[in-house]
Formats: sequence, C-alpha cells, structure tokens
Amino acid sequence: MTLFNVLIVTVACLLGVGLYGLLITRNLIKIVVVLQLLVKSVVLAFVVAGNVSGHPGIGESVAATIIVADTIVAVVALALAVQVRIRFGTLDIPKISSLRG
Amino acid sequence: MEIVPYVLLSLGAVFCAYKAVRSPRLLASALYLAVVSALVSVMLFLLGATEVAVIELSVGAGLVTVLLVYALSMVGEDTQDPPSYIPKPLAFVLVVAAAGLVGWMTLPMLPLPQATRDLLLVDVLWKQRALDVWIQIVLIFSGVLGILGLLTESQTVTEDEIEPEVLESVSAVIAHQEAGLHKPELAPKSEV
Repeated sequence: MTLFNVLIVTVACLLGVGLYGLLITRNLIKIVVVLQLLVKSVVLAFVVAGNVSGHPGIGESVAATIIVADTIVAVVALALAVQVRIRFGTLDIPKISSLRG
Repeated sequence: MEIVPYVLLSLGAVFCAYKAVRSPRLLASALYLAVVSALVSVMLFLLGATEVAVIELSVGAGLVTVLLVYALSMVGEDTQDPPSYIPKPLAFVLVVAAAGLVGWMTLPMLPLPQATRDLLLVDVLWKQRALDVWIQIVLIFSGVLGILGLLTESQTVTEDEIEPEVLESVSAVIAHQEAGLHKPELAPKSEV
C-alpha cells in the first residue's frame, strides 16, 4: 500500500464520517462541526492532488482559500445559530421551521 | 516504513472525527474537531505543505474551536442532539456507498510522485491566483460582520425603560383607535 493510497483512504473515510454526521444531525451547531470535518478532508484532498499533479503550489493555494472560506462559513453559521436560539428557543431544525403543510 | 506515521495519523483523525459526530455533548464534539484539525495539519506538514499546515492549525484548531466554545457558552446547556429522522442503518449504507465511490474512482490513479517545488505558495498565490486573495479579503470582511452578529444579543425593551411621556402618548393613541373601531360606519356616498 503506497502513501497515496493511505491518503486517499483517509480522505474517503473523513468524507464518509462527515456525510454520516450531516445525515443524522439535527442540531445547528453540530452541523457546523460536521461541515468543518468535511472541509478538512477536502483540504487534505487538494494538497494530495497538488502533489500528485506535480504542482503543489496550486493545490496549497486553493487549500488556503478553502480554509479561509470555511472559517467564514463557520462564523456566519454560528452567528445564525445563536440568533435562532435566542429567537426560537431551540436549535432543533424541524422545530424552527415556520412552514406547515 | 515511510507510511507508518501517515497511517497512525489517519487512524487517529478518523477515530476523532467519528467521536465528534457521535458525541452527545457539543463541547466534546468541538474538542474532538480540534484534535482532527491538529492531526490533519500534521499530515499536511509531513506532505510538505508547511504554510497550509500552519494556517490549518491556527485557524482550524484555534479560531474555530474558540468560536464554537463561545457560541456554546452563549447558547447554554440545552444543546442535546435530538435523534435523527433518517434511520441510521440507511445513513450508514448511503455513506459507505459514497465513500466507496470516492475511493474506487481515485485509487487507480498514479502513485504519489516526487513533488517538484517549481513554484512556491507565495508565487502562486500572488501571481497566478491573485483573484483568490481578493476573494479572501472580501470573505474576511464578511466574517467580521458575522462576528458582529455573533456578539450581538437581541435586546427586548421592558416597560420600565420606556419614558412615561412616550407610554402615555402610545396608550392615548391605542385608546383613540379602539374608540374609532366602535363608531358606526358612515353611510355610503351617493353616486352622482
């Protein structure tokens, strides 16, 4: 088993755990945690892809951009979650839905 | 023997990720996420991406964890994760299928070659991908607005905080409107 196989299996396992968490989670803050897990696997995948293609600088620059964007997503999502908790009194997604029918 | 540290780091990262997903307490999930971020940053460092590893360690394991703990302190202890609507065996099958598809499509690729350090990250970021830098600047400003939203608590004005003159004028307007509701309706205008 080569180093590349180990890294790809790691990326696939982290993606799988993140997707599983997205499917079974209903708490808004925990969804932010699970999204962070998914993005970590994507960052690792981009760096590995840059190494494989022979241009590691490009993969690293894209990974840095992804880290910044993901952090901003986490900040905005946490702000939304806090405001939702203050306004609705819960973080459970089905309970904060005002649409019926 | 070169891959032994990577295997250990991978096992640790996947185990901590699973614990972060399945942990009933959100604070424990946030701490497990920080451990995953630290392990991934070590893997990035070993792969040669030192700048990205430093960014990941400082931002992923530091800033995001602090923000999560701060948000949890604002939200309170009522943070239990309710059971999901999707049956867990079905979710497990779907996830195994998706992750297996990723592995099946990427594993037959070429083995990891020796990366040629032709261009440094700084050169790529400032010369080839300058648009990314501008996008990052815009995103950071958006993050500042998000931080303001996170720090702002909704304030409800109590009756004691309202000045008496305003309260009297408002009550007078309400009384006037209620009196107007009981007035008999005017006769319709006669058509000319």
